[in-house]
Amino acid sequence: MSATDPKPLASKVVRSDEAALVSAAKAGDVSAFEELVNRYETKIFRLGMNITQNREDAEDVMQDAFLKSYQNLNRFQGDSRFYTWLVRIAINEALMKLRKRRPNQFSLDEPVAGEGEPVFHELKDWGPSPEQRFAQTELNEILSRVIGELEPIYRVVFLLRDVEEISTEETAQILGISVAAVKSRLLRARLQLREKLDKYFRGSQSQ
Amino acid sequence: MKVKCKEVILELSSYLDGALDSSLQAELEQHLLRCTDCRLVVDTTRQTIHIFCNAEPVPLPEEVRQRLHAALHERFRQRAKLL
Repeated sequence: MSATDPKPLASKVVRSDEAALVSAAKAGDVSAFEELVNRYETKIFRLGMNITQNREDAEDVMQDAFLKSYQNLNRFQGDSRFYTWLVRIAINEALMKLRKRRPNQFSLDEPVAGEGEPVFHELKDWGPSPEQRFAQTELNEILSRVIGELEPIYRVVFLLRDVEEISTEETAQILGISVAAVKSRLLRARLQLREKLDKYFRGSQSQ
Repeated sequence: MKVKCKEVILELSSYLDGALDSSLQAELEQHLLRCTDCRLVVDTTRQTIHIFCNAEPVPLPEEVRQRLHAALHERFRQRAKLL
């Protein structure tokens, strides 16, 4: 694959109108499709990184998601936002990577009873805007570390619901689990992340 | 934590998402006024979500971006040949 910088294509379609870009791309305007890629490439890469925790896998996830969405664009009916559809493809690619990497360990099934139960140590305030007390790169490292420590079943639900803002129903559909399971996993994911971040943020007001 | 606190934790997600019915929400907020521990859990969980949602995305490495666009252009060329 060539690493030469391809010339960016200028679309005639207004950048802000996602539906118009999709329509133009379906009609064969490749520059419109490239506008969609430019808009979402960073987010899809981040999603791939957050799920797979591996840069090479994240690149594969991003590339496959865009190539497959281009290949299947005519199947996209516009029932959801194009971005939601793209996320769905990327999630499937990322889950395949995880299954391939950890065939005996990866499962989206419920964990054994008691696993993932929230634990509350001595509770302490984080103070206002704890994230502002860390440099951006340091904060990114912390977030990447703590999300990587979550079991995949919690990690994926949290990323879909809270970061990508996909609805509970759609998250359930994408993962092939019940709405109730999405809700209980989201609660556990949020509480576990809270507990993990607490180690970094608690009582750091004076730093 | 007391039983009441456990109930707050069970409803925490729905509360943060604004998905509780108004009477349960009012009851929960009454509890939060009295219970410092639950208030801390609610506040720090809300902050957790906020921090992840507002995190600056890790920049896409330029060489990764270039390989993506090169692959796309190749696909565009293949499609054009077929038409």
